[in-house]
This record gives sequence, structure tokens and C-alpha cells, in this order.
Amino acid sequence: MNRLWLRIAAPIAIGIVFLALWQAGAWLSGVAVYILPAPSDIAVSLWTDGPSLMGSLLVTLRITLAALAAAAILGGAIALVFSLSRIVEISFFPYAVILQVTPIVAIAPLIIIWVHTPFLALLTCAWIVAFFPIVSNTTVGLNSADRNLLALFRLYGASRAQVLWFLRIPTALPYFLAGLRISGGLALIGAVVAEFVAGTGGAETGLAYRILEAGYRLAIPRLFAALFLLSVTGILIYLVLDFISRQLLRNWHESATAEEEE
Amino acid sequence: MPEPILELHGVAKHFATGTEALAGVDLSVGRGEFLSLLGPSGCGKSTLLRIIAGLTPPSSGACRLALDHAPGRIGFVFQDPTLMPWSTVTGNVLLPFRIAGRIGAKERERALAAVRAVGLAGFEGAYPHQLSGGMRMRVSIARALATDPDLLLLDEPFAALDEITRLALNDDLLRLWEERRPTILFVTHSVFESAYLSTRIAVMTARPGRISADLAVDLPQPRTRATRTSPDYAALCERVSASLAEAMEPGR
Repeated sequence: MNRLWLRIAAPIAIGIVFLALWQAGAWLSGVAVYILPAPSDIAVSLWTDGPSLMGSLLVTLRITLAALAAAAILGGAIALVFSLSRIVEISFFPYAVILQVTPIVAIAPLIIIWVHTPFLALLTCAWIVAFFPIVSNTTVGLNSADRNLLALFRLYGASRAQVLWFLRIPTALPYFLAGLRISGGLALIGAVVAEFVAGTGGAETGLAYRILEAGYRLAIPRLFAALFLLSVTGILIYLVLDFISRQLLRNWHESATAEEEE
Repeated sequence: MPEPILELHGVAKHFATGTEALAGVDLSVGRGEFLSLLGPSGCGKSTLLRIIAGLTPPSSGACRLALDHAPGRIGFVFQDPTLMPWSTVTGNVLLPFRIAGRIGAKERERALAAVRAVGLAGFEGAYPHQLSGGMRMRVSIARALATDPDLLLLDEPFAALDEITRLALNDDLLRLWEERRPTILFVTHSVFESAYLSTRIAVMTARPGRISADLAVDLPQPRTRATRTSPDYAALCERVSASLAEAMEPGR
């Protein structure tokens, strides 16, 4: 209990100290607001530009969540296929790695040219960034079933489908969820990067475009306000996924039950 | 000897790595016997158990089992409880039935009876992480007993437990054996455990394992706390220890 309180209070205290120093520094040095706005300037901008920025945030969030859902479903399915066939895994895994290590900034323009629907193009970019942790984690998880339990399943005459359903998939669940938590942040980064490249100025502008635009117009407080919203969103995505993961694993997995055992 | 349920003829096992685990094991086990396989660590006892369970084929020799080939006729208990952490006690004990594809009222009752038989009444809905090491092992035994197997294979099931828990589980295992009379093959490296539990002790040599002595245990049934302090028990333990020492250093 005491530790929980500290875990919340300590980071907040550090944040307040940091903001105070920033505010004081900005005031005392007299740096122009278009170079380094004070936290108070950013707060004002959040208040005045908030509604329009929130609209843009929703656009970005929709892409992020759709990409994350696609990464979870397709990533899980790919891992499942990998675990069922060693030869498929060996053949395709390097390409999944290639897709992962290729900078998304470099291939985003191609995707935007090839995929005509802007939403789908951005979704594809974010998905490419987000799917790999789920695939690699879940593949490891599906292959991590306890050897003695596997022997026991064989002893009782289990079919491959039963081994998969009753043993491999439950074993993989914590691995999948760990991948999902990483992918949550990556999906947001992927969506932002894709928006940067796509730079759509049409009816639906995401938060990334608002950042670019604010930069061009030297509306630096608004740029910071948009950044702030982006960070908060990333944190919220992580917290929600962490919560889901704990709920699903609370009965059995060490990562979720550690506190109780003390 | 009662009719044999298990006969091993010249069973040998060597692995691809070149390790020779077993070299010509001959053994005949009668129905209803409680046989301990006693030997030093790494003498191939576990390998022998896996061959009997059909989990790994012998490199040569024959293993004949006089029981139905239907799943569930053999129960297996590992050194670790080997439970599914995401399942409750009942869920774990129901596993053999779940794999057989039928969980009706009858199977549920048998699973719960097995849970009660190992003294875990009241813990049916608990998850493994909520149980102590000894209780987890009890769940493992309950799972092996749920199908009422003819042959129960135990691979050093109590080696990782503390002394007090081990003594309690020894007595529970004896009680379960007396109630249901499955044939038990009990792998151990404890002289005292084997002498207390068994009707017969097969002593194995260090790798490559073979059976070097076959000792009948004539201690009266049922075994009780008094057994552990009886002179007969002490004499038996001495005899078994001598056989084990002989098996480990055949030259002496």
C-alpha cells in the first residue's frame, strides 16, 4: 500500500519540480515563446486549441487502435501458423524480421502511393511497425509448453488440436499480452510517422499533421500541446493494455500475482 | 508372484548424444505390487519409466504391458507437480477426461473424489500458485488417480519436498495404494522411502543402468509410524543400503 502510494507520488513530484524549473527558467531568461514556451503558455494553448486538437487526436487514435487490433489478430494468426509448421516458420520468419527492421519512414511513401484509401494506407504503415513483437513473442510462447505437460498430454492420447488448444495457447497467452503491450506504443508511433509522411491536409487531419503545421507556423505552444496529448495517449494505451493483461492473468501468472505472494 | 502386469526383457536405451542410459533391464512386476526403483541420480530410472509409459521407445529389448491400451490406464507423476497454472485444482484433475473428450457428471464426481482422496477437499477451486509445494504434488497425484489407473508410475515425486511433507505424503500414498491397489512403480533415490513404502525394491546401478539387486520387502502391512522405528525396518534399510553401495561401486 505504502509502496503504491510512493510509486504514484514520486514521479508526480519529479514532474512538478521539472515543470517549476522550466517555468522559472523561461521567465527569468526571457527566451522567446516560439523557441521555448513556458509550461503556462502550453497550458493556455491546450485550453484554447484543445477542442480542435482533440478532433485530430481521435483521427490518430482510430488509426492506432485499428492497427493494434490488426496486429493482434494477424500477428497471433501468423504465430499460430509458425508454431504449427516449423518449415513455414523457418521460411517466413526472416521476412518478418526484414519488415520489422526496414525504417517505416522509408517505405511509407510507397505504401501511400499503392494504397489509395488514406485510412488504409496509414493503417498499413502502423500495422507494419506494430505486428512484429506480437508475432515473435507469441511464437516463442506457443513453443514454450512445459515438456512434462506435453508428455502427459501424449500419455492421455491428446490430439494435436487438443495440445494446441488446452496447452500451447494458454501457455502463449502471457507472451502474447507482453507483445501486445509493446505493440500498443509502436502502433501509435507508426500512425504518427505515417501521418508525417502522408501529410494529409484534407478533411481528417491527424495529430502528427497538426504538429508539422504548428511547426511551420511557429505556433510552438500548440506544437507542445499536441505533443503532450500524444504522450498522454501513449501512456493511456499502455495502462489500458496493462490492465487488460492483469485481468486476464490474475489467476495464475507470476507477473500478475507477484504482489499477492509477498 | 501374482500375474505380471509388466515385463521388461533386455530393455536398453542409448541417446543420439551417445549416452548409454540403460543396458539390458530385465524386470517383471506383478499386479498390485508396490515396486521401488532405487538408484543413484542419473542411472536411467526416469528413462525406464518413460519407456514403460510409452513416451519414448527403447533402443532394444521389449516392454510388455498386460493392460488395455486405452488412455488413462497408466498414471504418471513427475518430480515437479506439472500442473497447468491457468487451471483450478479441479480443472487440472479433470485433464485426462477433458482429453478423452467427455466431462459428464460421472467424470466430475471421479475427479472430485480423487481430490478428496488426496486430502484437498475445500481447495477444488484454488489455483496452483495459491497452494504449497506439497499440496501441488497432491493435485498431481489426484490427477494420476482420477482415471483409476492399473499402473501408477511415480518419478521421484517427493524429492523436492521438505521432510515433514514427504513423510505425510508417503503415508497418504500408502493409504491410496491400499484402497485402490494399483500397481505402483516408484522411482526414488531414498533408501528409507523405498523400504517404508514398497513390497519390493529393485536396485539399479549407475549409468548405464541395469538392475543389480531385487529385494523382497517382508515388513508387515499396513505400514505405520511404528514401522519406521521397528528393528526389522532398520535391518531392511541396512540391507538395501548395502545393495545400493554395491550397485554404485561394483568393484568393491
